[in-house]
Amino acid sequence: MTKKQKKNLVRIIAAAVLFTGGFFVPAAEEKFSVLWFVRLAVFLAAYLTAGWDVLWKAIRNISHGHVFDENFLMSAASVGAMIIGEYSEGTAVMIFYQVGELFQSIAVGKSRKSISDMIDLSPDYANVERDGEVIEVEPDEVGIGEIIVVKPGEKVPLDGVVVFGSTGLNTAALTGESALRDVAAGDEVLSGSLNTNGLIKIKVTSEFCNSTAAKILELVENSAENKAKTENFITRFARVYTPVVVIGAVSLGCVPPIFDGNWSDWVYRALTFLVVSCPCALVISVPLSFFGGIGGASHKGIMVKGANYLEELARAKIFVFDKTGTLTKGSFGVAEINPVGLSEEELLTLCASAEKVSNHPIAKSIVSAAEKRSLKAKTDSAEEIAGYGVKAVVCGKEISVGNARFMEKLGIKPEETPVAGTVVHCAVDGGYAGNIVVRDEPKENAVSALKRLSELGADRKIMLTGDRKNAAEAVAKAVGIDEVVCELLPDGKVEAVEKIYAEKPAKTALCFVGDGMNDAPSLARADVGIAMGALGSDAAIEAADIVLMNDNIENIPLAVKIARKTHRIVTENIVFALAVKAAVLILTVFGIGNMWAAVFADVGVSVIAIINAMRAMRTGNLQKSL
Amino acid sequence: MKKTFKLVDLDCANCAAKMEDAIKKIDGVKNATVSFISQKMTIEADDERFDEIVRLAVKACKKVEPDCEVIVK
Repeated sequence: MTKKQKKNLVRIIAAAVLFTGGFFVPAAEEKFSVLWFVRLAVFLAAYLTAGWDVLWKAIRNISHGHVFDENFLMSAASVGAMIIGEYSEGTAVMIFYQVGELFQSIAVGKSRKSISDMIDLSPDYANVERDGEVIEVEPDEVGIGEIIVVKPGEKVPLDGVVVFGSTGLNTAALTGESALRDVAAGDEVLSGSLNTNGLIKIKVTSEFCNSTAAKILELVENSAENKAKTENFITRFARVYTPVVVIGAVSLGCVPPIFDGNWSDWVYRALTFLVVSCPCALVISVPLSFFGGIGGASHKGIMVKGANYLEELARAKIFVFDKTGTLTKGSFGVAEINPVGLSEEELLTLCASAEKVSNHPIAKSIVSAAEKRSLKAKTDSAEEIAGYGVKAVVCGKEISVGNARFMEKLGIKPEETPVAGTVVHCAVDGGYAGNIVVRDEPKENAVSALKRLSELGADRKIMLTGDRKNAAEAVAKAVGIDEVVCELLPDGKVEAVEKIYAEKPAKTALCFVGDGMNDAPSLARADVGIAMGALGSDAAIEAADIVLMNDNIENIPLAVKIARKTHRIVTENIVFALAVKAAVLILTVFGIGNMWAAVFADVGVSVIAIINAMRAMRTGNLQKSL
Repeated sequence: MKKTFKLVDLDCANCAAKMEDAIKKIDGVKNATVSFISQKMTIEADDERFDEIVRLAVKACKKVEPDCEVIVK
């Protein structure tokens, strides 16, 4: 509790004691007797102890022209109750109002704190080496090129490269993944990760304001700027709601008694209206739920740039994926070995030995496949022929490895293999020896991630790629994509997104998932742009609406679930608050409701809505149920 | 120019909404948000008149909630 909250608590207790005392004073039989005055004085003391600041604020705000503020409404209701002789109720309204306010302030403060703890990336200090000494300074005082020391248990304060030592880094705060990342000299480290077991020295590569931790923090903190449509709607609603209820109160207090003359009864009902007229429960709980959802998501390595994107994601029905790096690993691997007249291993050995000289990613993948099987051969000589392949002498044999054009150039007819992927042909001493098929493999969990998206009601899942048709369709089939748009030129992706956008049913959203490298226009065009594996990539963080810090594609259905849960909580709160308020207002008109119910409808509902909003933060069980 | 300010003792969510409205009405303000949750105010306004606009915004906030302090660095 803050100092202010403690002070208020003491005040509330004092007022409650006086209030209870008031009931021990026997009610006077006749007005203006000594006993009557004593009783009034005790209740008045309790009332003023609890509510003097509310009264004061009400007066002050009226002078500023704010008629419908909550202080004024509460003051009017309670003063009115005192005037019509309902001392105990007038006092109780004020005391409960204050209890509610206190509770509300504690709950909001708590949730604010737990959300900010969740995204607690910002380091408090940095140990910098200066003139042979290690001194502790603020992270923003460290310059580029300085050496910082990070001990076990400390957070890495700035981005840099390890120059000494090795350790395991916990990047959970950044990526939501708790597996340790081993780093040693020469490795890049990102600020916000936690050093677990070894002392390392880091050469700083960026200033604090440009560091990963600072950027992510800024991203999440600024998310409050992008308000959800629901929040804007509630704000507009609140602006109308209060005056309408107040007008209702005034007419209730003035019109019916003209006919039945029962002034005190109708005035009491009017005052009850005033108590219910504050829209606070709604105004607080909606943004708090979204903020909780954003905080919970960030805990899983899903950075959401604003409540509006969470809201859009909740109704996303069309998911468009970029292929390379999103659905596939983004790196080539040997998928098939088709030898002709020799064994698989022999073919792989020969090709790898030749391809060693090349830096082409396909060549590298063949070399690494051979290394994995510990296959080695002596390369006597090798020469790369750009655009064709490699000509080499391995173990005395003349080897030619390359594309179909290369084979044709050598006068060899390559075998046609109608498979997906890139085919690397091999000739030995002028005779065809078979081929190796290299493919960008789909991610292992892509299948389950896409299946979960379907279960969550994703109507269309579309893959965009620049690849040839058969290669694209093979990947699509492997991961469970229904539609493929292939052979796209780099700038054709946006057009494709545009076309899908035009077919989108009303009230649904289109979500584009890319790796962020060259998808910026598509990310921006979609209702929700999700960039994957974006840790350390500024361009992706800039372009996307939601940023997945790690490469885990299963975080997409998780993000949808978090968005849906948040949206459900927001709806629950709105419906609950409005229903209770409407019920109390109706009961009051018919004289069944009283001020106690009204106080519950005001502060009680706020508190319940806040507690419900806090649920948006908890995402643990969502992952389990995935 | 766009700048964010911290708010201290912003106690009511409805007030935050009212402050936001009031700041948006100031001449030269392109966009403004007041977040009750993060207790922050962001103002986007013309560069030349920025300081003046911030002064007006602080005044507008004070008018809505006199107890709320805007930290202008």
